[in-house]
Amino acid sequence: MTANCNSCRGKERQACTSCPGGQAQRQAEPASASDRRTFLKTTMAAAAAGWLAACDEATREAFFQKHFRELSATEKRDVFARLEREYNKQFKKKVSVGGEPAMDGVEFGYALDLSRCVGCRRCVYACVKENNQSRDPQIQWIRVLEMEKDKGVDLSEANPYYDAEKVPREGHFYMPVQCQQCRRPQCVAVCPVGATWKEPDGIVVVDYNWCIGCRYCMAACPYGARRFNWGEPSIPADEVNPDTHYLGNRPRYKGVVEKCTFCIQRTRKGRYPACVEICPVGARKFGNLLDPASEVRQVIEHKRVFLLKEEINTQPKFYYFYGV
Amino acid sequence: MLFYRFFLGSLRQITRGSPWYFAWVGFLLLCILVGALGYIDQLKGGLIETNMRDQVSWGFYIGNFTFLVGVAAAAVVLVIPAYIYQWAPIKEIVIIGELLAVSAIIMCLGFVSVDIGRPDRFWHLLPIVGHMNFPSSLLAWDVLVLNCYGALNFVIVTHIVYRLYTRRNYSKRFATPLILFSIPLAVSIHTVTAFVYNGLPGRPFWNSAILAPRFLASAFCSGPAIILILLQLLRRYTQLEIKKEAIWKIAELMAYAMFINLFLLGAEVFREYYSGTHHLLHTKYLYMGAHGSHVLVPYAWLSVACSVIAFFLFLIPKTRKNVVTLNVGAVLIYAGVYIEKGVALVIPGFTPSTLGEIYEYSPSRTELQIAAGVFGLGFLAFTLMTKVAVPIMRGTFHIDSGKAAATTAKTAKTVEAHE
Repeated sequence: MTANCNSCRGKERQACTSCPGGQAQRQAEPASASDRRTFLKTTMAAAAAGWLAACDEATREAFFQKHFRELSATEKRDVFARLEREYNKQFKKKVSVGGEPAMDGVEFGYALDLSRCVGCRRCVYACVKENNQSRDPQIQWIRVLEMEKDKGVDLSEANPYYDAEKVPREGHFYMPVQCQQCRRPQCVAVCPVGATWKEPDGIVVVDYNWCIGCRYCMAACPYGARRFNWGEPSIPADEVNPDTHYLGNRPRYKGVVEKCTFCIQRTRKGRYPACVEICPVGARKFGNLLDPASEVRQVIEHKRVFLLKEEINTQPKFYYFYGV
Repeated sequence: MLFYRFFLGSLRQITRGSPWYFAWVGFLLLCILVGALGYIDQLKGGLIETNMRDQVSWGFYIGNFTFLVGVAAAAVVLVIPAYIYQWAPIKEIVIIGELLAVSAIIMCLGFVSVDIGRPDRFWHLLPIVGHMNFPSSLLAWDVLVLNCYGALNFVIVTHIVYRLYTRRNYSKRFATPLILFSIPLAVSIHTVTAFVYNGLPGRPFWNSAILAPRFLASAFCSGPAIILILLQLLRRYTQLEIKKEAIWKIAELMAYAMFINLFLLGAEVFREYYSGTHHLLHTKYLYMGAHGSHVLVPYAWLSVACSVIAFFLFLIPKTRKNVVTLNVGAVLIYAGVYIEKGVALVIPGFTPSTLGEIYEYSPSRTELQIAAGVFGLGFLAFTLMTKVAVPIMRGTFHIDSGKAAATTAKTAKTVEAHE
């Protein structure tokens, strides 16, 4: 049965979220103390009153934490501090949680050169490291699709499970897909609790402490950009990126949705996203759409760009183009 | 005080019964236990215990939820002839339909609850204390209308049953507006649930204007199908009097609903196959399989076969009025719509995924366990409520029945004391 697995074709049975083998492996693991705590947390929610009196301060604060956009500046500071304490304890190292707001006069945009991309997947792995994506179960925000040259961009014939050691393959081209940071994001419209929204700089973010895990946004997203924490996410402590943002790469919880944030923790400090930095062929361009001199505006001006599934009218800020 | 006596009397009703009754309740409790054990696993491990994944992010739970929303509207099929047209044979049994609606809503809410990743944060959904994304999110609408519809039916049916218990007619001033309001609300729970899917431009399999009409048509088949079977079971085991005319009329209405359902399905299939765009892949995956994956194919055809056969059984007056073929038809409709509005609606919507990937989903053991638990809960609610309502409908359990017993006991005691 594992060999039929659609996600890993049986190659990574333990790490793969789609494999029954992977699942069995996790089931066999003894429940850790934090597992038990989460379990308690969820079952007792119904009889909240009695339980809340009994549990510790941090859990109570987390339970009653307000919607991020309703927090005052002081409350935000308290929340960040609490999360830092939690992460420090969990990973036994210093993790900082920031909340840099959007800069004025900035709207981020992305451009990706399909004629350069060779499908090496380095962007995928750089993104996993930078953004603290769970290693087991495995979560990756970027999906690179292998397509046949004579079919053009035809998603029904796309293959995400090609062997990255053998790229570029004869007769094929590669198309990385990640959150398109839509101007009209369907995911935001459908969220029943407003746990995901578009920031002033155009980045669509998720409050991992507000998401209830209903996954309606995943049904709504036309780009398959959202990931769900089906199991307890895990990252080896020495691989945790300690420089985090509340709305971005801070470690996530079981049962919530996550996605690409254009590396909000970097880009709001004037740095490039990790995927742009790592790309060995320079296929990825990033910048401020409101600045006529920016790289991404140059691409829009001098190349011809297209949008993925433009007919849906989600109006992505992620432009594909053929540079050569 | 009087209501307290009604409450105590009801408790007495549900704690007494034949061995068959206790066996049935025991079976349902067992289902709930199995479900609870599954749910504990799911809480511990996360939704990874299910077979849902990023590609197919909704599965068996949401499929069952969608089907049961349809069942909940069943009441309307009885409410309209009973209260609007005052048709006596159905008016006598309309309470059963309303109880079924309440139970179905319990199961709907159960299936939604077990599907969410963070049940501890359920309060985020509440208006005022939480942050309900209303009116933008159709799911927020759905939560609202489902709870309203469930509560409304519960209030109506409690009022009517309690009035019957006190040997009075239901209050026209109180109940009639509520009953009238429950009719558009029943339509709205379907429409809103259909819009939850229908409003997503990125999912062509659902993004079709006739999805809401299809929901309504199939609901008016599946709900009554269950009612038909329940009514006959009640007639056999509780001596509740149910007129044949009532059953035949329900069956006739189901035949029309099934015709519309099949017609709309045909219209959908025609458009998909004749235009043959990329969107056809979803329909193809359902009926023919795609890229070597065809888990759903036998179920899809089974559903079509059940629906078509049942349609003819209910259309022909002779088979509609024959007890055997009538029940066969009801079971076929139930099965047909259960598949159509459950897995055959949800899964092909996700397969292939938005990026063209085919992940073959079928429910895990945990999902089946939890589903059994939720069904157990709903059926238990229905059983207990019916156990109280039926003797009241038959007139054997009423305000004086307790008093009479008490008086007899008292007299007996006085007599004893005298001796």
